[in-house]
Amino acid sequence: MNERLLELADDDLVIGWRDSEWTGIAPLLEEDVAFSSIAQNEIGHARALYELVARDLGTTADELAFDRTPGDYRCSALVALRLVPDWARTIARRYLYEQADEQRLAALKSSEDPEVAGLAEKIDREEAYHRMHAQMWFDRLRDEPRFVEALEDLRPLVDQRPADLGELWEEMTSVRRSVAGATW
Amino acid sequence: MVTAAEVWDALAEIPDPEIPVVSLVDLGVVRNVAVSDGHVRVDFTPTFLGCPALEVMRDAMADRLRALGVEPEIRVRSDEAWSTDRITPEGREKLRAAGFAPPAPRAAGAPTLVELRAAVFRCPYCGSTDTTLENVFGPTPCRSLRYCASCRQPFEQFKTI
Repeated sequence: MNERLLELADDDLVIGWRDSEWTGIAPLLEEDVAFSSIAQNEIGHARALYELVARDLGTTADELAFDRTPGDYRCSALVALRLVPDWARTIARRYLYEQADEQRLAALKSSEDPEVAGLAEKIDREEAYHRMHAQMWFDRLRDEPRFVEALEDLRPLVDQRPADLGELWEEMTSVRRSVAGATW
Repeated sequence: MVTAAEVWDALAEIPDPEIPVVSLVDLGVVRNVAVSDGHVRVDFTPTFLGCPALEVMRDAMADRLRALGVEPEIRVRSDEAWSTDRITPEGREKLRAAGFAPPAPRAAGAPTLVELRAAVFRCPYCGSTDTTLENVFGPTPCRSLRYCASCRQPFEQFKTI
């Protein structure tokens, strides 16, 4: 179970990181607001999942999020891509990610562990608003060739592990690694 | 010796860090209070998991209870999730008076865009139901933005979760 939870947590952390790259530079002010909120939610979901695993492993959420080596992360190639400033591909990723996430959460909601099931239910209710956002953009862009092409390009990445997380890991953990011995 | 009722009263004095017109008890994030032998355990259910106010709430509860002379344990519950249905009737009225539209009651399944667009939301300023969804997301994760066509005022709507 920890493996499945870590996979979800790593995906949520990394897509939260990537979505936050739009804060301040989205093509519409409303989307600055939306992407900032979505990123904040995704990272909050990652934290709650890491905390659940951390309790079991006797570690902390921060250590799981930032102190592993790049090869230990279990996130998909889809979330690891840096897509700024390509809006069509960014929306295609959000749409594909929310579809995949809904299926995983549905499976976790029926877990026999009440904490896992309860957390999955909670996350799913928050994700419902991300699905609405993705659906609105899907409806708006569905006939745009660039968007259709982006969906086709990115779809196979949902099930692929990223080849090399090194660069992303350097960025994500640079502040934490900047002060040796800090416990934050 | 502190009683559970005194603990509830103390927690009811703590304002929500982002919307101070409502208390943590109004918000419904305190699920349970257990008192035994001077030990106080508070079960706390987070609102939105990414909400930065969660730590502030947790610390504020611990500080307030220490002032009562007890060492509290604030236990975060993830098996039983918070829902906007937990906001008390008093809390909803305080939100409305402060210019926020309270959340709609929760349905059996997760909310959908069709439901959100079709639902009737009343403007907290003029009471008109001629309002439209502007953005599913707002200034904090718990709020959406709506616009009232009657008094031409944007307002914040609590998301139902």
